[in-house]
Amino acid sequence: MCLAIPARIIELDDDKAVVDAMGNRFKAKTTLLPEAKLGDLVLIHAGFAISLVDEEEGKKTWQLISEINEFMDTQNRLSG
Amino acid sequence: MDDLIRQHILPSLKNDALDELGDSARLKLASGSLCFTTDSYVVKPLFFNGGDIGKLAVCGTVNDLAVAGSKPVALALSLIIEDGLEMELLDKILASIGQTARKTGIDIVTGDTKTVETGAADRIFINTAGIGVRPAGVDLGFEKIAVGDKIIINGTIGDHGMTIISQREEMKFQSQLKSDCASLAGLIRELLENTDGIKFMRDPTRGGLAATLNEIARSTAMSVKIRETDIPVRPAVQTAADMLGFDVLTIANEGKFVAVVSPEFADDCLRICRNNKLGKDAKIIGEVVETLDVPLVEIETQIGGKRIVQMPYGRELPRIC
Amino acid sequence: MLDRINKAQGVIDAACETLGRQINIMEVCGTHTVSIFRNGIRSILPKNLKLLSGPGCPVCVTDQGYIDAVLRLADRDDCIIATYGDMIRVPGKDGSLETKQAKANIRIILSSEDALQLAKDNPEKTVIFVAVGFETTAPATAVVVKEAAEGAIDNICILSGHKLVVPAMRALLSEKNHNINAFLCPGHVSAIIGYGAFGGIVEDFDRPCVVAGFEPVQIIEGLCEICRQLSAGKAELKSIYSAVVTEKGNIAAQKIVDECFEPADGYWRGLGKIGKSTLKLKDKYDRFDAFGRFGISDEPGEEIKGCRCGEVLCGLIDPTECGLFGRDCTPQEPVGPCMVSSEGACAAWYKFGREKRR
Repeated sequence: MCLAIPARIIELDDDKAVVDAMGNRFKAKTTLLPEAKLGDLVLIHAGFAISLVDEEEGKKTWQLISEINEFMDTQNRLSG
Repeated sequence: MDDLIRQHILPSLKNDALDELGDSARLKLASGSLCFTTDSYVVKPLFFNGGDIGKLAVCGTVNDLAVAGSKPVALALSLIIEDGLEMELLDKILASIGQTARKTGIDIVTGDTKTVETGAADRIFINTAGIGVRPAGVDLGFEKIAVGDKIIINGTIGDHGMTIISQREEMKFQSQLKSDCASLAGLIRELLENTDGIKFMRDPTRGGLAATLNEIARSTAMSVKIRETDIPVRPAVQTAADMLGFDVLTIANEGKFVAVVSPEFADDCLRICRNNKLGKDAKIIGEVVETLDVPLVEIETQIGGKRIVQMPYGRELPRIC
Repeated sequence: MLDRINKAQGVIDAACETLGRQINIMEVCGTHTVSIFRNGIRSILPKNLKLLSGPGCPVCVTDQGYIDAVLRLADRDDCIIATYGDMIRVPGKDGSLETKQAKANIRIILSSEDALQLAKDNPEKTVIFVAVGFETTAPATAVVVKEAAEGAIDNICILSGHKLVVPAMRALLSEKNHNINAFLCPGHVSAIIGYGAFGGIVEDFDRPCVVAGFEPVQIIEGLCEICRQLSAGKAELKSIYSAVVTEKGNIAAQKIVDECFEPADGYWRGLGKIGKSTLKLKDKYDRFDAFGRFGISDEPGEEIKGCRCGEVLCGLIDPTECGLFGRDCTPQEPVGPCMVSSEGACAAWYKFGREKRR
């Protein structure tokens, strides 16, 4: 029930966000995290961002986080 | 109905046997033992990234014949159409069926269509039956499996099921997930013609890898050991599954087979798979082992721990294929 | 990653050997229960280290009375039940939400915002949001209460089953027969309430409290820190989930919860009545309170005969010690919520454990 995963904010309009987790894009709200900005890595639970994720600590905690960065780079190269 | 057949169905599925429009197809088959299968397709949504219900119907049936060791020869196709289904949509599906069949080298030789009143079916349901001929010398079955045999999968798991889930109304999310729906007939023929030692094959559709491995354990009374770090999974698929609380081991695949192979031929099989587009991520994921008390499927987790992989049960996601 | 695990394992092995006696570490989060099982963590721990699964599965600790109330509401024509997926198979006297799904208006939602949207899309019905979950999930409910109030959306109400973890931990430690030596504290609850919230337990009960996330490395390193403390005779508060947890937590989230809810006494399956352990909507939002609107009492319901979920939830017995486990109570035909919920100890034991039948 405390299922939450890290995702990156790729769109933000007021407190309505779109977050990206390895290419999967979900709608989420940042109402509980007013300091969240575009590009931030956040923890998403039940459709809400509940915490900022520290990038360095995040890499040590989730194996896929460093892969997220590689993945995004690849995507940018393919589309840019 | 005649219009439907002549103007919509025949043009897409054209072949000699079907063009006769007889009550039964007359087939000339090479000698060998026959494999015969049937399946129904009720997937929702009808069109998804990487395929559609038509492509699924052909590939799914062809794969069932191929994993039995046979060369798929002919398909029967039965359509149950909800009144009101747009003709455009039906044409698209038929075109996909025809295209997939031609690409696979199989003919749809006989069929049936029924229309039911609005609400009695969800747009379209498809049933198929397929015949294949198994060449002499090819003999696959549970009884061939022995302790020490290696277990190979030809690529990443969970792609089809997670793609379907991502396009379901209730859960819709944008993604780059793509169904792995594909005919495995070509790759499997390559394997059977170029290497010995393949003892058994199955395609892990509903219930995923977990179901197939448990079926092997149950039917052989042997146990199976697999390694989490050796199971190929796309990060996007794993993350989507984590996000929604699904276990990738139980998610359906439509372009994968599990092969149980004699250990001395395992590397050969890998090599052949990896040279094929549909097997480039092939891996040996485990082996058949002795049973201690009850036949079990056990996984060595990414941290070196051990736990059981159960036969999937409980609330399965409906209409995944 | 394997290096870190081997290192932590070494420390755990050494500490447990020094300690010699049985060590019981309780985790109080269903997500920890599942991750521990899924990663086979028990299989790499020393024999004298036992991991207890506590009352951390929100569905499992939901009282039978609440469940039966939800099922009664599901029978009403004028209501839509909006629920997180976990609750759908929990059995009551009269079936479950799943068995009622064909006839009743029940929708599985992924976010509280979906419940609000349902209310907007169906003005002629009342949406009842089955709000179950701990402190991680309560803020999401609070946001929707505020939005409903601000948007004058009257056809939504909350059946609050939200519970607070710390009072439950204190209640467990106040039982004479408990055997808990330390707590592995929930990572995402802590993201909201801050790891400082567990300081009182360390002080008052002299038990190590370590906050960890849910990845296997996090859990193993969390257990390592606990074992290190225990073998040094210490009891300290620590968090190793620095990626998302701070000492004070998410203040904005805490504020929104405070605005809408207040702690109230409530019934937990297996633990009975625990003071100030549940969240009740404040008077200013009582028009959104389903208990009030539908006259539902918050008295406990009848427990199911033979079901020992309560003892499992307190870590007093393993699921396999319950007479119904694997026989009358299976995931296909569950009797108690610990078997239904994907995070329940019984379900996890059955799914991932070796001895699934007696």
